[in-house]
Amino acid sequence: MSKKDSEYLINRKDNQYEVVIGLEVHAQVLSESKLFSTSATKFGAEPNTQVSLVDAAFPGMLPVINEFCVKQAIKTGIGLNAKINKRSVFDRKNYFYADLPQGYQISQFKDPIVGEGKVILDMPNGQKEVGIERLHLEQDAGKSIHDLDPQNTFVDLNRSGVALMEIVSKPDLRSPDEVNAYIKKLRSIMRYLGTCDGNMQEGSLRADVNVSVRPKGSKEFGTRCEIKNVNSIKFMQMAIEYEANRQVDLIEEGKTIDQETRLFDTKKNETRSMRSKEDAHDYRYFPDPDLLPLEVSEKFIEEIKNDIPELPDDKKRRLIEEFKLSPYEANILVSDIDTAKYFEEVVAKMGKNKDIKLAVNWITGELFAVLNSKSLEISQSPVSSKNFAILINLIKNGTISGKIAKTVFELMIDGDKDPQKIVEEKGLKQQSDPKALEALIDKIINDNREKAIEYKQGKEKLFGFFVGQAMKASGGKANPQLINEILKKKL
Amino acid sequence: MSDITKQSLTELVENIKNKKLSSTDVTKAFIDRSEKSEELNAYITNDFTSAIDKAKKFDQKPNLDLKLPGIPLAVKDLFCTKNIKTTAGSKILNNFVPTYESTVTENIWNEGAILLGKLNCDEFAMGSSNETSFFGNVQNPIDKNLVPGGSSGGSASAVAGQLSPITIGTDTGGSIRQPASFTGIVGLKPTYGSCSRYGIVAFASSLDQAGPMAQNVKDCALLHEVISSYDPKDSTSIDFKRNHFSKELTNNIKGKKIGIPKEYRVDGMPKEIEDLWQKGIQYIKDCGAETIDISLPNTSYALPTYYIVAPAEASSNLARYDGVKYGFRAKGENLIDMYEKTRSEGFGAEVQRRIMIGTYVLSSGYYDAYYLKAQKVRKLIKNDFDEAYKKVDAILTPSTPSSAFKIGEKTNDPVSMYLNDIFTVPVNLAGLPGISIPAGHDLNGYPLGLQIIGKAFDEQNILNIAYAMEEKINFKNKITDWWIK
Repeated sequence: MSKKDSEYLINRKDNQYEVVIGLEVHAQVLSESKLFSTSATKFGAEPNTQVSLVDAAFPGMLPVINEFCVKQAIKTGIGLNAKINKRSVFDRKNYFYADLPQGYQISQFKDPIVGEGKVILDMPNGQKEVGIERLHLEQDAGKSIHDLDPQNTFVDLNRSGVALMEIVSKPDLRSPDEVNAYIKKLRSIMRYLGTCDGNMQEGSLRADVNVSVRPKGSKEFGTRCEIKNVNSIKFMQMAIEYEANRQVDLIEEGKTIDQETRLFDTKKNETRSMRSKEDAHDYRYFPDPDLLPLEVSEKFIEEIKNDIPELPDDKKRRLIEEFKLSPYEANILVSDIDTAKYFEEVVAKMGKNKDIKLAVNWITGELFAVLNSKSLEISQSPVSSKNFAILINLIKNGTISGKIAKTVFELMIDGDKDPQKIVEEKGLKQQSDPKALEALIDKIINDNREKAIEYKQGKEKLFGFFVGQAMKASGGKANPQLINEILKKKL
Repeated sequence: MSDITKQSLTELVENIKNKKLSSTDVTKAFIDRSEKSEELNAYITNDFTSAIDKAKKFDQKPNLDLKLPGIPLAVKDLFCTKNIKTTAGSKILNNFVPTYESTVTENIWNEGAILLGKLNCDEFAMGSSNETSFFGNVQNPIDKNLVPGGSSGGSASAVAGQLSPITIGTDTGGSIRQPASFTGIVGLKPTYGSCSRYGIVAFASSLDQAGPMAQNVKDCALLHEVISSYDPKDSTSIDFKRNHFSKELTNNIKGKKIGIPKEYRVDGMPKEIEDLWQKGIQYIKDCGAETIDISLPNTSYALPTYYIVAPAEASSNLARYDGVKYGFRAKGENLIDMYEKTRSEGFGAEVQRRIMIGTYVLSSGYYDAYYLKAQKVRKLIKNDFDEAYKKVDAILTPSTPSSAFKIGEKTNDPVSMYLNDIFTVPVNLAGLPGISIPAGHDLNGYPLGLQIIGKAFDEQNILNIAYAMEEKINFKNKITDWWIK
């Protein structure tokens, strides 16, 4: 439950406004071929090389549903704790545009494949539930390219017909931070499921953002504006911030808000009117007569359910229980599937006598730092989970100290070297032989008699001096714990 | 053999199989007659040169196991044919050459047949007289300045005029059966889902069905057997066991119950149509079958329902013809201007009328009152048939409310033109099979047809009934070759 002081409110003179946000997320289905044709969906191909006669809407061409895309949508629906509709209908959404070859988009209007569901967000001050209104399947349009030629517009149909899932949230979001958490959660769930790669740079995930404002405490919704096709979380947050303030200013000036579709100009950081409600398209939706209603059996859904991997919320719960991690730590590990995968591999490879906490600290500390500095994803980590696990074990069993481990880690990065070998080759093994250490410490005490006496007389600070001397004498390899014990005994 | 073109498909196949005729002989004969028949304007595009090449090639290594061995035929220009211009009777596709073949025509070529050319039709199959074609009227071989019906007018004219031994048309609201009736030939509209729609230029997707047109029932059965197939490329194609229609054809229909729907006795129906129907009832009885009076109470709503559903689907299906990707493109100041000019110049008046009707009935605020209501009525019409089929095996009606009319007679009165489809549209709305067979002549000697409507997937039954009646009727088409100089 959110605390009062963390509420996102827009303040004007004596008035406070709450922002109400709903998202229509367009998530590209991860599939080899398009929703109604066999053309490939690979990103970045040469223009118009992944276009079939169906995608280009040649006369007499007919759509045939891609069963895999249906499975992906159902899988996502299950991941969103949503109702799967056994019967859904594909409709035609009619409008003219050069990059829409059919003159209509095949979508689902009245009867979507997935109904109501919910996702849980972990916000700093607790959990927040966001309702899902629906998820439906639809075709993507092609791409119009206006900036290659001063006179002509070019059209690339590679994207035409690619399957999208439109995930519509309820108007449950109240701040840019919640939007951030929501998108990240959706992306995380879909990446766990393998239903969308969530790559926002490549346009695999984009959203229309509905924003309205209302006086704090009001139960009624204000008039909303829809900001079309925003393709990064940062831009969504900026757009919401701008748009909410714009609406509040209008209200404060005694003006009304027009329901309209707006565009976010990323360069000027402002939203601009695209078309008003009066100019809204009449899409003339009607059931696509080329396609029969889509009917899926209970068995079909059950089979997909059996195929659902452990999802972030469950994984988090398990990590907390099994490994006694803090919710914060667990969150960091589960939010990205590849991080979770890496962590679990490390855990598996550490064997019986493992130190989970140590592994978590090293993943979120040293490993993340290296990935960050090199701008790498964890899936591209220069240190394999196997060698990483060996390193943690070396620390755990006292072969090397944490400090030496950092040196070893540095050396591992180049070429994913085996830490065991580095330790042996460089002679970095920790000195843990008590007799050898005792001899070493005897010598230090002997060489620093006056300081030893001062210590005995109560100058306890000097203890650190002796530790330092011992470490120095051992070339940093002495087992610090043993040094402590021996020093305490000898002094 | 000078009378090659007078032979039926069955005879031609037999003669080719017995080596009495070569494919080249047959192909040349039909080409020769087609060339002399330009006045009928049945063809939009001919492919005669390569037809002869194909025939010669066939004769070098004839595969006589095929169902249509070396048989030449022309097809309605609504079927996409690989590397052959396909226009749908429209200016907007006047330069369109598909790189692909429709499933139905593919099935025909796979059985050894040879394409003669592409036959004239109403623009996008929208019309009942072939007068909406961008490529001009088609003449009915029965008489000068008589429409051949539509939209498969070129197809009907080509078979009746013996330019092609058989052909295929498409039927959305009667476009096979009505022209078959007007020209004295047999035309079958199969059950929706029986023939693949893949590669057929779409008019109204939930109603369109390809079907055979022939001089007699047996030929029709054979061609249907060739074209009907399950096709995964068409999501509305249905996978069911298909008969060997021609082999299983029988004139034994003893004990069959044939329904006579009272609602088809419409106001103002000419006496000659009523008389024809009565004659039909007598033929049924003569064949040993029984007739039973039935009611199809929602019949009168079929035509208005059809003229909402079909234009609605058409308005969307024809959106792809925008000048962007293929076909005719007019110059415009900008994208919108280009769209407007392309579509205004590229589509004819009837197509534009239906696009506007369709757009209107789908618009928000009108959708419920028109489209949605029409869908409900459509269900009622189908229910009527379902009820009737609890009592009868098939239904007998006239094919059309009149015989062929003169060219130009109804062009300024679309409603009277639409009324022509009154007996045929309920069949499309219900997705059922229907066959029109020639059954008599009016006072002018123009042919009149009877329609037999079957249960879904029961083509064999209506073919059998048609076959039995054909024998009793013993219809002779009066072709005078008036157009050949």
